[in-house]
Amino acid sequence: MKRYEMIIVGAGPAGLSAAIEAAALGMDVAVFDENARPGGQLFKQIHKFFGSKEHHAKERGFRIGEDLLKQAEETGVHVFLNATVMGIYDEKEVMVKMDGQVVHYKADTVIIATGAAENMIPFKGWDTPGVIGAGAAQALMNLQGVMPGKRVLMVGSGNVGLVVSFQLLQAGCEVAAVIDAAPRIGGYGVHASKVARTGVPFMTRHTVVEALGTDRVEGAVIAEVDSHFQPIPGTEKTLDVDTICIAVGLSPMSQLADSAGCQMEFAPRRGGNVPVVDEFGETSVRGVYCAGDVAGIEEASSAMLLGRISAAHAAVSLGYLDQESFDQRVSSYHASLGQLREGMFAPQNRGRTDITQTDEGFAISQSLLAHGYVTEEELKAFPAAATGKKGIHPVIECTQNIPCDPCQDACKFGCIKVGSNITKLPVVDPDHTCSGCGMCVACCSGQAIFLVDETYEPGFATVGIPYEFVPYPEPGSKGTALDRSGAPVCEAEVISCKAARAMDKTALLTMKVPVEFASTARFYQA
Amino acid sequence: MRIEQHPIIETYQKGREVSFVFDGQQITGCEGESIAAALHAAGVMTHRYTARQHKPRGIFCAIGRCTDCVMIVNGQPNVRTCITPLEQGMVVQTQYGVQTQEEWEADHE
Amino acid sequence: MSKMIRTAPTTAFQEMPDDNMIICRCEEITKGEIRRAVYDGFRTTNEVKRWLRCGMGLCQGQTCQRNFQNIIARELGIPVAELGIITGRCPVRPVEIQTFADEVVNAEEA
Repeated sequence: MKRYEMIIVGAGPAGLSAAIEAAALGMDVAVFDENARPGGQLFKQIHKFFGSKEHHAKERGFRIGEDLLKQAEETGVHVFLNATVMGIYDEKEVMVKMDGQVVHYKADTVIIATGAAENMIPFKGWDTPGVIGAGAAQALMNLQGVMPGKRVLMVGSGNVGLVVSFQLLQAGCEVAAVIDAAPRIGGYGVHASKVARTGVPFMTRHTVVEALGTDRVEGAVIAEVDSHFQPIPGTEKTLDVDTICIAVGLSPMSQLADSAGCQMEFAPRRGGNVPVVDEFGETSVRGVYCAGDVAGIEEASSAMLLGRISAAHAAVSLGYLDQESFDQRVSSYHASLGQLREGMFAPQNRGRTDITQTDEGFAISQSLLAHGYVTEEELKAFPAAATGKKGIHPVIECTQNIPCDPCQDACKFGCIKVGSNITKLPVVDPDHTCSGCGMCVACCSGQAIFLVDETYEPGFATVGIPYEFVPYPEPGSKGTALDRSGAPVCEAEVISCKAARAMDKTALLTMKVPVEFASTARFYQA
Repeated sequence: MRIEQHPIIETYQKGREVSFVFDGQQITGCEGESIAAALHAAGVMTHRYTARQHKPRGIFCAIGRCTDCVMIVNGQPNVRTCITPLEQGMVVQTQYGVQTQEEWEADHE
Repeated sequence: MSKMIRTAPTTAFQEMPDDNMIICRCEEITKGEIRRAVYDGFRTTNEVKRWLRCGMGLCQGQTCQRNFQNIIARELGIPVAELGIITGRCPVRPVEIQTFADEVVNAEEA
């Protein structure tokens, strides 16, 4: 029977990272994945990631996936595709379905990195064609190049719902609304804001009650919910949509861990039924690890570190790493993971509603939580968002403590500072020099940095915005400037719209607006 | 509808244009894309009718998990069209329960 | 499961307007059927699964487990955590019987 020193189930961010770590240490590693393509869900992720440089911040998900695959190849990992692991038995016997056969393998260590599955909510007509998961929308538009629908209702305002809403807009679809049964938007405020400023309405305390149509979705009925999340009769509204997209969270796919005899627990904050694991991801079965979303829902950036930690632990247990190197290596991984687990969206803060201030003591925008954008009044609490300076300068509308710091490396004059605690809000140096290069605008994964020049021309200001839509408007063309809520505020003339290579497809669109709109105009509509 | 131009994605990984048969009708798609994507681009929403309630179903998860998009492909039922690559000359049929329409109708007269 | 579940519905089964809503998409099991099962004496995730087949279809409960657990929990007035989970066992993914017949125990290096 073929034996590997490590068998990994799942070639997503956690599994591939684990494989690379172990193989680089000299271990003989096999990765089995049931899909035809490796990378898990990374290749569907076309947005820029958060975190710090070591977490691949400001890189787009699919690029990270390409990188992992290259490293896996270089380190000699055996990746088996279309290979479904059906069960894990005693003594780490792994049964795999491949090429129409069932094949048995043995392993010294096993890392289960099967990820998560989407949660769904049932409602009348939810089985009608046209009701799809958010992951399905991503697969269709980002992998297959096919629009999921013309007009879409997004159900769920967590990061997945917000990111996919923006991607739908990028693919050329309309988003009729983003609704959430909770009283507040669940995902990052910056993700919500980039959707809101295009004019997509957010409706919290709303749920979908019915998909209209028999053979395909021809509309959606939504309603307000009471404090028990039950629809309030009489509040129904019909939306003209052909697609209903569900993004209501993820559940760990932990059945394999259960089948392997790992002790399981029900942990709502980790997403449901998960294996009990220690700080290295080892389960109650010695040598069987769970890494990534399967052990608790987090971001892909965390999954990559968790995979490495488990692999390093397996390596030390098999003698491929001495204790001292292990301690050094893993304490740095843990520190890096710790950075991602800070802030108001950290796993331990999931579901908390009592956070009313940022770490800096600024009041968190209530409008952001309810409507997806910060009001001008609320922004006054944030020094980095201040306008009214002389000459061109960055305006940073980053108002929540999110683990992210690419902006501080973006400016070659060092005018933006976050510090070593990457969940801190960025600070703009008052004595800075700004060349207006737009690198900070493009580097901000949350698209929350604008370049404003109130002294452009007498009576006119320029506002530079991050722009990820095609076609780019021609210089000189005229359109409408929208405010943070997506409402039209004034006429705008495009001065330029360009993306240097280093900006990685986030263009800087500079528009000229009457100076009184310098602090309100935040999007351009042709 | 296909995406003609995308601000982030330069090219989609797919091959030449191929033709296949859907319920007796010639449709074109791209080699290597999922059967489901080719059908969706052609406006086909219903992949199957369920066995018990005879209700239409289509793409739901698109990653091979939910199995709502299964169809009869080259005579084989329960093929997950969202993860099965399209090939020239494939014969794709709407699935009724686990049967073809003719078989289903013969059984349910 | 760590704990015996003794809770039972204290009232008679009453129909609800959305009882005909599908919960398990694969096996086409409705909310009403799941609710009724609780009154018929099935109180845990696995009991209801075996009685109705919800979660036993092609997707193996990936989509519906959480939703049908919520329905059981609400009828019983207990937390979902006390219902237990669908037992994870091999094969965790659907597989044709033919494939099992082609079992290879001694795989060579690929």
